[in-house]
Amino acid sequence: MSGINDFVVKFATVNGSGSASANGIFAKTLFRMGIPVSPKNVFPSNIQGLPTWYEVRVSEAGYLARREGIDLMVAMNPQTFKEDLAEVAAGGWLLYDSTLPRVWPREDIAIIGVPIAEMCAARWQDTRQRQLFKNMVYVGALAALLDMDVEVLKGAVADQLKGKEKLVAANMEAVALGREYALKHFDCPLPIRLRHADGAKGKILVSGNDAAGLGAIYAGATVCAWYPITPSTSLAEAFERHARRLRVTKDGRRLYGIVQAEDELAAIGVAIGGGWNGARSFTATSGPGISLMSEFLGLAYFAEVPVVLFNIQRGGPSTGMPTRTQQSDIISCAYASHGDTKHVLLFPANPTECFALGAQAFDLAERLQTPVIVMSDLDIGMNEWVTEPFLWNDAHVHDRGKVLSAEELEKFKELKGKDWGRYQDVDADAIPYRTLPGTHPTKGAFFTRGTSHDENARYTEDGRVHARVLDRIRRKFDTAQTLVPKPEVSIRDKSGKTGLIYFGATTPAVREALDLLEREGVKLNALRLRAFPFTREVASFCAMHERVFVVEQNRDAQMRSLLMTEAEIPGAKLIPALNYDGMPLTAAFVRGAVLHRLQPAKAAAE
Amino acid sequence: MSYIAKPSAHHPALPKNALGLTRRDYEGTMSTLCAGCGHDSITAALIEACFEMDLPAHRIAKVSGIGCSSKAPTYFLSRSHGFNSVHGRMPSITTGANLANRDLVYIGVSGDGDTASIGLGQFCHAIRRRVNMTYIVMNNGCYGLTKGQFSATNDKTSPSKKGDANPFEAIDLCQMAIQLGAGFVARSFSGDKAQLIPLIKAAISYWGFAFLDVVSPCVTFNNHPTSTKSYDYVRAHNMAVDRLDFVEEKEEITADYAEGTSVSVTMHDGARLVLHKLDQQHDPRDADAAIMAIRSNAAKGRVATGLLYIDETQQDMHDILATDARPLNALPISELCPGAKALEAINGRLR
Repeated sequence: MSGINDFVVKFATVNGSGSASANGIFAKTLFRMGIPVSPKNVFPSNIQGLPTWYEVRVSEAGYLARREGIDLMVAMNPQTFKEDLAEVAAGGWLLYDSTLPRVWPREDIAIIGVPIAEMCAARWQDTRQRQLFKNMVYVGALAALLDMDVEVLKGAVADQLKGKEKLVAANMEAVALGREYALKHFDCPLPIRLRHADGAKGKILVSGNDAAGLGAIYAGATVCAWYPITPSTSLAEAFERHARRLRVTKDGRRLYGIVQAEDELAAIGVAIGGGWNGARSFTATSGPGISLMSEFLGLAYFAEVPVVLFNIQRGGPSTGMPTRTQQSDIISCAYASHGDTKHVLLFPANPTECFALGAQAFDLAERLQTPVIVMSDLDIGMNEWVTEPFLWNDAHVHDRGKVLSAEELEKFKELKGKDWGRYQDVDADAIPYRTLPGTHPTKGAFFTRGTSHDENARYTEDGRVHARVLDRIRRKFDTAQTLVPKPEVSIRDKSGKTGLIYFGATTPAVREALDLLEREGVKLNALRLRAFPFTREVASFCAMHERVFVVEQNRDAQMRSLLMTEAEIPGAKLIPALNYDGMPLTAAFVRGAVLHRLQPAKAAAE
Repeated sequence: MSYIAKPSAHHPALPKNALGLTRRDYEGTMSTLCAGCGHDSITAALIEACFEMDLPAHRIAKVSGIGCSSKAPTYFLSRSHGFNSVHGRMPSITTGANLANRDLVYIGVSGDGDTASIGLGQFCHAIRRRVNMTYIVMNNGCYGLTKGQFSATNDKTSPSKKGDANPFEAIDLCQMAIQLGAGFVARSFSGDKAQLIPLIKAAISYWGFAFLDVVSPCVTFNNHPTSTKSYDYVRAHNMAVDRLDFVEEKEEITADYAEGTSVSVTMHDGARLVLHKLDQQHDPRDADAAIMAIRSNAAKGRVATGLLYIDETQQDMHDILATDARPLNALPISELCPGAKALEAINGRLR
């Protein structure tokens, strides 16, 4: 099935060796040739010396999920030679540094030996240079073997080395060494090769964390507090990088405040303090951070303080697999904190949505006066995706919610027919009016508290009042349902009885699987969730179908549970399709899960 | 019963401050703490200080954690917004609130459990960040709301009411604050209004992190004859290192001290502190001397009180972060959202 503009290259290297930069240049070159690519970093929780892999799928058809069956392995790490060799598909290729020649015990693949270390040793004296340029030599060999456009490659190198222009020539020299060696010794290009295409034209190549940080800038966020944790760290760092470019006045004053907190407990506390005081505030975390932030999330829920939390999910439970991906915080985020709590969740499916939903999260948080959690994950957050460009409508009015000015406080009774009280449901949408500290000399002050309170924010131990306030906050979720982004429904068969629900990073794998299945005569209708609470479309989609697959990356079918509990979908109807090995999902997995249920004989035969 | 409104009628003859407000305008709801609780005296001192300083109450934010002390902000400044957060996390809420609006006065109220145990990390890091706030610990050496367990500030020599020995050394929050770089560190006693009120005023006008540890006896659980945080003990062992006059900008300095015994400090807002040294060894600008004063008095079973340390040159969090002079929460969206054109340029860089 592999061929021109349709194959997978995998780089097996050692982390800390400079390979990441060379691999990034490789992917960027393909992207700039107009070819859809999806690089996936499979990296250890470590800084130097452990195995790391970089998979690049090339698909002119635009299928950008991870795909197994490696066509070309660049095996640069002796620690993993054995498993890397085993992963190459029959008929594929393995490129290695043949300075120390070795026998590769497989007859069904072609071995490409390039004496990379020897070539670098002959050309450079400095040991660091010898090491770093090895990476560019294999990129050069690939340029010949895959027929990369060398001019485009040079542009990608120049971009990567912006500010270090002197190094461009040396890097290109390394590329030339590898390329000339391959042209001289092998039959170039290979049957799997590249050609200019249009599939990636107009798109951008960016990570979800970079996009979400930018979304927070566009939302007007001014307070960011965070604690370093993989894989969310790069989101806060992206916000800071964008802010330095976009949010500094001519005289050098910053229109933002960032606190790298002492822990996640403080990070969310700072964000809540900022939200309480009227600044758009957020934090970013993952896994363990969600557990630590839960107490504060309950306070923000009950005291009705807007705050945005980006959860870049990783492999759990506990410390789990910090550098692998999962969607396993669905339940813990939907109901984070003790007592009756429930939170608005958004599920971006790619970096473009990390930007758009990331910005929208702030509007929702301020409108609803509650935490909004953006549920990204490591795959979207840290990998670079070929995605639609970011869009912003200058006519968009940021929804700052119901915040009263001094004048509005003065006229409140006149306008609304009753006195202001912090938790009074005046508009019958269950959303009260809030005031910010410092607004009015005599009106609007109140005491924000996590203890039970009445409609005027006064402490209460009266059970009836407590229940009444809890009921109103629950009704706020009905309002939320009318505001959150609707799911994306695709109907392949109007009278079809089988549906499939999915969300987030599994999107490319699911879409590819649905295409594969359709070609085999199995047509599934699909719904991509974009938010919790579930909007009406979710229940009606389930009602339309006899059975609905729920594809998710966790062991316990958490989204399925949420659908059963919150949308009241009968469990018998919802068929779990679960992946939790920490790797980005493949179309083959989704197809297999569907066929296993619908055509067990065929699935078994395969 | 827990919320008891006070009648809002004022006696016409009540004295008024420069804003035309009476002390009553700075009060809160009726205290629900035990009768005689030291915290109520601190509350009264806070009301008096804010009244005398002519502070507009709505420009003050009161923030607290959890515990008896953290309930106290309901009992003063009912015209101020308050935030009773979660246990030990007052510092992070205040940090965020201060980041959002640098123009308000922030009064953080905490207890010894809230600060010296569950919130110790947040206490340290709020100091490290130089959050411009007044951080008051109402320190009674015990967990009152859960009925009298030892807290981490209870002296090792001070047994419980039932006679159980306290096996662990106390954490001295003032020493910690000095070491961590708090620019204003003072200790006082809830029963010493004459010392406490000027200290509160000075702490509020201080630019940067001001820490005020106030020994505040728990009449129910830690006021017995063997306690070192009882009224009787602190009265007998209170060793003031200095006496403070807080002089507002508009006032003349009238106090007249002998040469070499007083230190005049000008605050960020133009107010001045005149420190009358009672202990000739004590130099409030010398951090090492301040720690020495605390330690040498403690070794003799005495409590060193007064303004222990001051650094007049402290930069606050906003100075360090170089944030805009305007409050971040008041910046118009037009200055914060770069717009579609800038986004097109960003898209271009990602191609």
